[in-house]
Amino acid sequence: MNKILLVIQREYVTRVLKKSFWVSSLLAPVLITAIYAIPIWLAMKDKEQKQIAIFDQSHLLKSTDLQDKELVFTFTNIPEQAYKTQFAKAGYDAFVSIPVDVLANPKGVHIYSSKNIGLTLKESVERLIQNKVRQELMYKAGISEKVYEDTQVDIDSETITVSENGGETSSSSAGAMILAGIMGLILYVTLLLYGSQVMNGVIEEKSSRIIEVIISSVKPYQLMLGKIIGVGLVGLTQFVLWIVLTIGLTQVTGKIYASKTKAIAQMSQMEHGKAADDMAKAMQDSPMGEVTKVLESTNIPLILVAFLFYFFVGYLLYSSLFAAIGSAVESATEAQQFTFIVMIPIIVSFLMAQYTMQDPDSTIAFWASMIPFTSPINMMVRLPYGVPMWELALSMGLLVFGFLACSWISARIYRVGILMYGKKATWKELSKWLFYKG
Amino acid sequence: MLLSIRHLEKRYADHVALNDVNLEIPKGKIFGLLGPNGAGKTSLIRIITQITGPDAGEIYFDGEPLRLEHADQIGYLPEERGLYKKMKVGEQLLYLAQLKGMRKEEAIAKLKEWFIRLDIKEWWNKPVNDLSKGMQQKTQFIATVVHEPKLLILDEPFSGFDPINANMLKDKILAIKERGTTVLFSTHRMDSVEELCDEIALINHAEVVLSGNKDEVQNRYKKNQFAIRFEGELSSIPGIEVVSSQTGNAILRFSEGMGTNEAIAKIIQQVRLLEFKEVIPSFNDIFIQVVSETN
Repeated sequence: MNKILLVIQREYVTRVLKKSFWVSSLLAPVLITAIYAIPIWLAMKDKEQKQIAIFDQSHLLKSTDLQDKELVFTFTNIPEQAYKTQFAKAGYDAFVSIPVDVLANPKGVHIYSSKNIGLTLKESVERLIQNKVRQELMYKAGISEKVYEDTQVDIDSETITVSENGGETSSSSAGAMILAGIMGLILYVTLLLYGSQVMNGVIEEKSSRIIEVIISSVKPYQLMLGKIIGVGLVGLTQFVLWIVLTIGLTQVTGKIYASKTKAIAQMSQMEHGKAADDMAKAMQDSPMGEVTKVLESTNIPLILVAFLFYFFVGYLLYSSLFAAIGSAVESATEAQQFTFIVMIPIIVSFLMAQYTMQDPDSTIAFWASMIPFTSPINMMVRLPYGVPMWELALSMGLLVFGFLACSWISARIYRVGILMYGKKATWKELSKWLFYKG
Repeated sequence: MLLSIRHLEKRYADHVALNDVNLEIPKGKIFGLLGPNGAGKTSLIRIITQITGPDAGEIYFDGEPLRLEHADQIGYLPEERGLYKKMKVGEQLLYLAQLKGMRKEEAIAKLKEWFIRLDIKEWWNKPVNDLSKGMQQKTQFIATVVHEPKLLILDEPFSGFDPINANMLKDKILAIKERGTTVLFSTHRMDSVEELCDEIALINHAEVVLSGNKDEVQNRYKKNQFAIRFEGELSSIPGIEVVSSQTGNAILRFSEGMGTNEAIAKIIQQVRLLEFKEVIPSFNDIFIQVVSETN
């Protein structure tokens, strides 16, 4: 037992002392904070206004129809053919030409620009003209402007989760989906990442030939288990660092934004709360806003504990298989022919997760979150939508069982594989090793 | 006996690695395990180090049936050696010593002694990658002996050592034997067998084909032959067969019952005898003879 601890300690310490560990531990929270903070920053920043010349032969548009925060329109009378080479010199970013018969020929609108115009600019221009054209067509069909405006309603539903005892929480299915997607993606990446770290560690010991010295001191399964647990603890450490640092960083940036918004509001003498509203709106529109909403409505401790559990046990299951592969080969390139078979269930469960996300209570989603190979990713994807406790417990139990079964098989291959040199490993060979005696 | 091996059997899918192997390895002696490649030496060593298990048979370590805990009392230097390339020498040796059950402080103290003894104090913080092959060999040797095992198993210890370091290693092995450690060493370099071993066993085709005390084995393979150096003409003498002869040198075999004094008396009648000595078969000769006989 003491020797397993020594192995765990070595695997853990040598990895945690590496520079690459700290780079990825620090970089990820910065990236996550950036995803959260940049949309807000962009929303707060004053947008640059684009100057656009417009030649309207239909005489449909009035300057009141062309109100946009980012676009300034100027009417011109110079014909299209002449002006399309001139507008840039006159200081316009784009030149819009509307044909006489735009009502009958909506595709006849041309936008000229010296550089490739952005998609948003194109859409803004199109939207403004389209609104007016629709209005005009409605008017001609006998529908008044007032009626038209009144028909432009937006449906925005509030989703509410009702628990068995009748308690209601406002939930966000979009937010749940984002949270589910993020957790599924993180699990997918980390299972592959740490699994292959274990495999490379085993290959290193085998190819450097230190393995024989080590296993004259500890049993092969102790070495394998020690390595897997050691690397897994590195993964857990990284997660804890990520969570703590991300929370810390977002808190700090949130505070900075709050004080900045206040300062802007005071400086520009804007009507009270306008800037704050802008920011609140930007936060709601950014994906993190939805996640914040879903975080408020879900059981965060449960999700955190379940996440760490599914990562750790799911990782144990897969990495034991990776260890078995590492033991059977002598180089990373030789390992490729075997790794795909372990990667397939991870990839499949990630693909299934897309489906689970759409319909978290379907039969397929249920089974995907029960079968040990696919359950870590799929159960974490289902969890933000709410999962009955018995399903969660059953899934966890099955995963632990799956890990024990996989590690038993892996340990049998491992103990033979690490001492095999010069013999090209094949599937047939591996299955024979399973039945070798001590 | 430090190690008693009884009726050991080991089979792999396609061949027999050890067939009814019996060996007694006495305490405090250097025991040479000889044999051609693929004879079963490594299989036997891996069973003693408990890396693999036997199919049948027993091993007694210092009077007790071999158990997992005995691993801490065995030091093993495999033929194919390796270290963690990126770890520092000191850390690595400390790890290996702790895996052999040493406490940390104790291990550090012993390691420091060895670093001073081998004059490699400045290596402690060097990564293994920076060491030459010879330096890695020394590091590995320390890892094998630092926990002061009762049994030291060395598989081809001299391979890869230059003559100076090989000599140093020889001295260290003898010093370790003086402390009472039993050494089992496997080799096909017969010169080191003659210099170091007290007892030997020869394995061929999974079986022990020869074993015993080194001198006793050599005596067993004596062919009653004598080498002489002389001046004069040597013609045939009744009862003495000339096996080979060159000018002034000859190897003779005496017929059954003829003593050396009687033979010398006859020889000096013909020539002036300058040198007379018994031909002791070298282990090289014994090895080749026994292996070809048992093939």
